[in-house]
Amino acid sequence: MQYILLIYGEETAGTAMSPEDQAKGLQEWTDYTQWLKDKGYYVGGDALHPTSDATTVRVRNGETLVSDGPFAETKEQLGGYYLVECPSLDDAIEASAKLPIGYRGSVEIRPVMVYDDEGHPS
Amino acid sequence: MIRVLGDFDLAEDAVQDAFAQAMRVWPERGIPDNPGAWITTTARNRAIDRLRRERTLREKTAQLGALEALESLGGDETDVSGIPDDRLRLIFTCCHPALRMDARVALTLKTLGGLTTGEIARAFLVPEPTMAQRLVRAKHKIREAAIPYRVPPAELLPERLPGVLAVLYLVFNEGYAATSGPLVRTDLCDEAIRLTRVLGTLMPDEPEAAGLLALMLLQHSHRDARTGPRGELVLLEDQDRARWDHAMIDEGLATLDRAIVARRPGPYQLQGAIAALHARAPRPEDTDWPQIAALYDRLAESSPSPVVELNRAVAIAMADGPERGLALFVPLESELDGYHLFHAARADLFRRLDRNEEAAAAYRRALELVTNPEQRSYLERRLAEVTGP
Repeated sequence: MQYILLIYGEETAGTAMSPEDQAKGLQEWTDYTQWLKDKGYYVGGDALHPTSDATTVRVRNGETLVSDGPFAETKEQLGGYYLVECPSLDDAIEASAKLPIGYRGSVEIRPVMVYDDEGHPS
Repeated sequence: MIRVLGDFDLAEDAVQDAFAQAMRVWPERGIPDNPGAWITTTARNRAIDRLRRERTLREKTAQLGALEALESLGGDETDVSGIPDDRLRLIFTCCHPALRMDARVALTLKTLGGLTTGEIARAFLVPEPTMAQRLVRAKHKIREAAIPYRVPPAELLPERLPGVLAVLYLVFNEGYAATSGPLVRTDLCDEAIRLTRVLGTLMPDEPEAAGLLALMLLQHSHRDARTGPRGELVLLEDQDRARWDHAMIDEGLATLDRAIVARRPGPYQLQGAIAALHARAPRPEDTDWPQIAALYDRLAESSPSPVVELNRAVAIAMADGPERGLALFVPLESELDGYHLFHAARADLFRRLDRNEEAAAAYRRALELVTNPEQRSYLERRLAEVTGP
């Protein structure tokens, strides 16, 4: 089963970290990614720029509307994702719980739609 | 027995059931001429009943196509918790935390309790189409998100247990005070008790599982006294306590004592302690109501709910008089207006104070809400009492 782990957190939380803490944080993420790979779960993943660098696009009545910022103002913002391949939801839950996002943040697990060669959901 | 049935556990359970039945029945009917044969025949019949129920359950499980498909997902993995009981796998799946609580209860009642969607809907005061949708969405989620069909591995069990206990207790309650049909559906109660026993074996160090079992045993011990000869409802204070299942009470009390030793109190142990106080009273007037009220105080602190407050108010009414109880009912009116037992309890307190008009109004309101026919008859009898000549 393929899942996407959508990682949400308060963006302002990380900005006041010292260089040592930032390096430590980075190491935690590297270790986590390695753990996913060792388990055979890792398919992909990226950290995202903050919502201040985001652009939202909507097409309404043939008109392309472009605006600065995320699609909605939320208390926690999307900060990154992992694509994983796991036997069941409990494994995806375990992987989410291990994410080094500390006591803050939430992870949304969504099953990924998979289509066969003829375009049918499998 | 084992030779005949080929299943050690089933044989053992069946013989135990037969002995328990003998202890209930022989004092009334006399010891049969051939006690050994009676035991064996009874045990065989119990085992056959159980096998029949389990076959029905397997057929029902097959209907849940999604779960069967999921079973193959776990493939190579052996069941690490070591309990090869299909029912247990099913209940942990139905009670998975990725499902909403109301969905877990509905799914468990549908698959393990064999209730109709309509019966479940009435039990939880929602329209039937709403409940049907709830079940469809839950099964869809299980399938689409690949919720595993298994008992969780040992390290996950402690966090998964409370959800399961809540569901089991709800199943028991549906059997204990059924919303339709006969007042007591012993098959549901028996099933809830059996599953809770298995859970207790699986988690011997978890006092809340034992607390729940104790609570169920202590409540179920009243089953033969709760209904009269025509199936009518008999209240606790009017029950013939000689007809209580005293062997079951002893087991319930012993189970509770073992749980309390762990010094990790919880809502089921508290409710069990309340049930134990009722069970220990030889006559209704011997009931330690102040202690029961104190236990409800603790329960209201740790697991507050309008129904707990209602029960607390009733206990205080019994300890300190109906006026005190009635005063405590007032803040509960808006939340419990749709709950027939709220109005029935209120009516009862008015009745004890000879405030017959108010009692009649409350009984009428309760009658608008009650669904079980035996509870309805009881309320109609009381209404007649307070409005009669």
